[in-house]
Amino acid sequence: MFYLIITALILLLVVAGLLVRAQVLIDIFTKSSSKRAGLSNQINGFLFVVFLVFIMGGFVWISIWARKYYLPDSASVHGVWTDNQFWVTMSILSVVFVVTHILLFTFPYIYQFKENRKALFYPVNHRLEFIWTVIPAIVLSLLVFNGWKVWSAITKEAPENAVVVELVGKQFNWLVRYPGKDSKLGKHNYLKTDELNTVGIDFTDRNSFDDYMAGEVHIPVNKPVLFKIRARDVLHSVFAPHFRLKMDAVPGMPTKFWFIPTKTTSDMKTITGNPEFTYEIACTEVCGPGHFGMRLKLVVDDEDEFDAWNKSQQSFLAKNPDYLKSVPDNLRKPAEQSIVENRKITGLAVLKTLSKSVAKTN
Amino acid sequence: MASIELHNPARSVDTHGHDHHDDHEHEEGTFLTKYIFSQDHKVIAKQFLISGMIWAILGGTLSSLFRLQLGFPDMDMSILKPILGGWIEDGKLNPEFYLAMVTMHGTIMVFFVLTAGLSGTFSNFLIPLQIGARDMASGFLNMLSYWFFFASSVLMMWSMFIETGPASGGWVIYPPLSALPQASPGSGTGMTMWLFSMALFIVSSLLGSINYVSTVINMRTKGMTFSRLPLTIWAFFFTAIIGILSFPVLFSAALLLIFDRSLGTSFYLSEIYINGEALPNMGGSPILFQHLFWFLGHPEVYIVILPALGITSEIIAVNSRKPIFGYKAMIGSIMAITLLSFIVWAHHMFVTGMNPFLGSIFMFLTLIIAIPSAVKAFNYITTLWRGNIVFTPAMLFSIGLVSFFISGGLTGVALGNSAIDIQLHDTYFVVAHFHLVMGSAAFFGMVAGVYHWFPKMFGRMMNEKLGYLHFWMTFVGIYCIFFPMHYTGIAGFPRRYYSFTTYDTFKTFGDLNAFISTAAIITFFAQFLLVFNFFYSIFRGRRAPLNPWRSNTLEWTTPIHPGHGNWVGEIPHVFRWPYDYSKPGAEEDFIMQTVPYSETTSSNLEGEVDPVEEESSSKVHA
Ligand code: HEM
Ligand SMILES: [Cu+2]
Ligand SMILES: [Cu+2]
Repeated sequence: MFYLIITALILLLVVAGLLVRAQVLIDIFTKSSSKRAGLSNQINGFLFVVFLVFIMGGFVWISIWARKYYLPDSASVHGVWTDNQFWVTMSILSVVFVVTHILLFTFPYIYQFKENRKALFYPVNHRLEFIWTVIPAIVLSLLVFNGWKVWSAITKEAPENAVVVELVGKQFNWLVRYPGKDSKLGKHNYLKTDELNTVGIDFTDRNSFDDYMAGEVHIPVNKPVLFKIRARDVLHSVFAPHFRLKMDAVPGMPTKFWFIPTKTTSDMKTITGNPEFTYEIACTEVCGPGHFGMRLKLVVDDEDEFDAWNKSQQSFLAKNPDYLKSVPDNLRKPAEQSIVENRKITGLAVLKTLSKSVAKTN
Repeated sequence: MASIELHNPARSVDTHGHDHHDDHEHEEGTFLTKYIFSQDHKVIAKQFLISGMIWAILGGTLSSLFRLQLGFPDMDMSILKPILGGWIEDGKLNPEFYLAMVTMHGTIMVFFVLTAGLSGTFSNFLIPLQIGARDMASGFLNMLSYWFFFASSVLMMWSMFIETGPASGGWVIYPPLSALPQASPGSGTGMTMWLFSMALFIVSSLLGSINYVSTVINMRTKGMTFSRLPLTIWAFFFTAIIGILSFPVLFSAALLLIFDRSLGTSFYLSEIYINGEALPNMGGSPILFQHLFWFLGHPEVYIVILPALGITSEIIAVNSRKPIFGYKAMIGSIMAITLLSFIVWAHHMFVTGMNPFLGSIFMFLTLIIAIPSAVKAFNYITTLWRGNIVFTPAMLFSIGLVSFFISGGLTGVALGNSAIDIQLHDTYFVVAHFHLVMGSAAFFGMVAGVYHWFPKMFGRMMNEKLGYLHFWMTFVGIYCIFFPMHYTGIAGFPRRYYSFTTYDTFKTFGDLNAFISTAAIITFFAQFLLVFNFFYSIFRGRRAPLNPWRSNTLEWTTPIHPGHGNWVGEIPHVFRWPYDYSKPGAEEDFIMQTVPYSETTSSNLEGEVDPVEEESSSKVHA
C-alpha cells in the first residue's frame, strides 16, 4: 500500500514534469512569453470577477443556510445585549467587506494591462487618506463606546441576593457546590481536598455545614445567579453558550460571572421544538486529552421547582458524617445540628415531591 | 559575464580599488563554506526558505490529519497505522495525539514557517540587495542565526518522535497544564523539548533581528536615505525591532516555566490538587504567564504579517505599474502598528478573570490598531486603481493577501469588543479570524515573495501557468476552509475539541465540518504545485533576464547570478525613491532608483534635482 502510493507520487511527478516541458515549448512556439502580458493576463483579470461573484454568492448563501445551526436567542439578560452588539457590528463589517471586495476584485479586471495605456502616476492624496483614517476612527469609537457600556454592565458586582453556585473545574469534569440553606458558601482549602471532599470544603467554617454537592446545575429563572468559578488542577473555562457566558477557571485565583437567566429549560423545549433540549456547560480552555468531554448539564427551573430542588439536596456533611471529624470541637454541636436539620428538610422535601407525583398520577 | 555588465543599468563602472568582493566568480571556499556554513546572506536566505518549506509541509500534513478527525469522526483510520503507530487505537485517533498535533501545527506554522521562514528568507535576502550593501552587518552572526534555528528545528522535530509525544497544551502552552508533567503525557519530556527548542529559536531570531536593524541603519548605499527605502525594507526593519523588544519577554516567560517545572518554584502555580496529591506551590499566578506570553504573542502576529505586507507593497506597485499609494502613510501605519502592537496584548485575556477595567482599556487600544490596518488596505486598493496591471503569480498572491487581510481583519473588530468576545473567545470564530488575517495572509506574502524574487535567487524563472493554477486553487481553497468556520464559531463550537458529539449543542454542522476538511486536504495537496514548480525551475526553468518585472529597486542591478558581495565593482548610488512607475513624461513605465534626475529631465517633478556632488572619493562599502 505504502509503496504503491510512493510509486504513484513519483509517476505523478514525471508526468507533471513532461506537461510543464510541453507547455513551455508551446509558449516559446507561440511567442507568448516574449509579450509583456497576453491571454493569461486577460483570463486572470476575468477570474477575479468570477471569484467576486463566487465569494459574494457564497457569503449570502452560507449566511442563510447556516442560520439553522445558530444558537437560539439568548437565554440571559446580558446575552441579548451582546447578541445585539454582535449583529450590529457584523452588519457594519459586512458592508465594509462587500464594498472593499467589489473594488479589490473589479479593479484588476478593469485595469488589466494594455500595451497602449499608461498607468496613472498617483502617489498621494492627503484628503483621501485623511477621510479614510477619520471615518474608521469614528465608527470604531462608536463601537468601542457601546461595547464598553455593555461590558461594564456585565462585569459590575453581582446583586446581594444572587443565587450562588460554585463551579470547580478538574480533569475532566465539573464539580458543583451549593451554599445550602444559609445561602453562604463555606470556605475552601485545597489542602483538604480528597476523594470525597472533591472541592476541598473547609469544615472549620460554619457556613460550610449545610453546603451540598450536585451532579448538575439548577438555577431559578429571572433571578440573578452568581457563578463562583475555580479550578483544581489546570486551567479550564466555563462556557454556557445559551447564556453567552464564559469565564476561565484558574487554580489559585477564583473568578466569577453573574447573569440573569430568562428562559427555563421547558421554555426552551417549546422554543426549539426539541423535547430533549438541555442547557449545557462546556470547557473552553484546553486542559488535556479529556478536554472535549467536560459536559455539565444545566437546568433552569421556575422558582418553585428550584426551591423544591434546593431543599431536597442532602448536605455534604449529612451524606458523609465522617467529616464531622474535621470540624473543630467548639463547632461540633452546630455541625451536628445542621445535619439533623438538613435531614429533616430534605426528608420533608422528598415527601412533598413524592406526594405531588402521587397526586399527579391520581 | 561581460555582456551582463553591459546591460547593467547600475552603471557600476568600477573606478576604484579592487576589494576582494569583486572576484566573486572565483569565490574561494569549499562546498562546506559555500553552501552549509555560508556567511553570504543570499545563501542563508535560501537555507531559511528551504527549511521553512519543509516545516510548512510537515505543519500542513498535521492539519490534514486532524481535519480528517474533525470532518469524518467515524472514519476508520487504520490505514494511517504504518505512519502513526500507537497513536491510532482501534482505527481511531488518540485524543491526546489530536491535541499534540494541533499544538505542533500551531507552533510550526507561527514560529518555524511564518517567522523564521518568512523573515529569515526575505529580510536576509532583500535587505542587503535593496539597500545596496555587500552583505549583512555581520555575516557570522547571520550564519549563527541560521544554525541556532537549525538546532531548534532538530529539537522540535525530535520531540515528535519520543514515546510520550510532543507538547500538547496548545501553541500558547498555558501553565499549569504545561508546567505539570502529571497533567498530560505531552507535558512531560515533550514540553521540556518544546521549551528548549523555543529558547534556541529566540536566540536565532534575536541574532537575525539585531543584524537586520544594524544593517538597515548603517549600510545603506550612497543616496539611499530612509525616505527612499522600499516598503519591504521598512517592514523588515520594524519587524526586527518588534522581535528584539518582544522575544526576550517570551524567553523569560519560558525560563520561569522551566524553573517551575524543574526547580520547584511557584511563578505560575498555586493551590493545585492533581492526581490525588496536593502540591506545595502557593502564591503563583497562571495569569502572569498569559500576560508575559501575549506580550510577545500579540507583537508576534505582527512579526508574521508585516514582512508579508512589505513584500505585497512592493509587488503590487511593480505590477500595477504605479507608485504605491501613500508611501508616507504606509510607513506611518507600519510605525503605528509597531507601537500599538505592544499595548493590546490583553485582548486575548478578556475572560481570564482579569480586572474588567483592564478589559475596557484593552478593548479601546485594540480597536485603535484597526485604523492603521484599515489605512493599509485602502492604500493597496487605491494602488490598483487606474493601474496597468500585469498578473504575475506574485501579483495574484499579493491581491489574495489583501483580500485575506481585509476579511480577517474585519472580524478582529468584533473580537476586540470585549462584550462580544465573551461568547466568541476560544471558538472557531477566532480560528477563522487569525487563519485569514495572519495564517493565510502571511503565507500568501511568503509565496508571493518566492514567485517574485525567484529569478534573483536562482537566475531562472518559475513556470507562470503552474503558478496561476496554484494561486486559484489555493485562493478558492482557503476561503472554503476558513469562511465557514466563522459560522461554526457563531454556533458556539469551541476550538481544540477532538470531537463534538458529546454535546447536544455542538452536534450540528457535521456536513459543514466534512466540507471544510475536504477543502483543507485538497488545498494542502495543491501546495505541491508550488513545491514542484520551485525545485523544477531551479534546474530547468527558463533563464531569467536581468530585470524580469521591470522593477525599480536595487536588487535588479546586480548580475543575474550575484556572487558574495552582490555587485561587481562599486555599489550603485541611489537618486530617487523606488516608486517612479509610469511617471508622466518618462519614456519607459519605470525609472530605476539608480537613474539620476539629470537623465530624466522630461519627467522630473518640481524640486527633483540631484544633490550637488561633493568632490568625494565615494567610498566603496565593503
Ligand atoms: C484589525 C485589527 C485586529 C483586531 C482588532 C484583532 C483582535 C483580536 C482579538 C480581540 C483576538 C482575541 C480573540 C480571542 O481569543 O477571543 C485576536 C486573536 C488573534 N489575532 Fe487578531 N486582531 C486584529 C488583527 C490581527 C492581525 C493583523 C493578526 C496577525 C497578523 C492577528 C492575529 C491573531 C491571532 C493569531 C489570534 C489568536 C491567537 C490564539 O488565541 O491562538 N490579528 N485578534
Ligand atoms: Cu478543558
Ligand atoms: Cu492579539
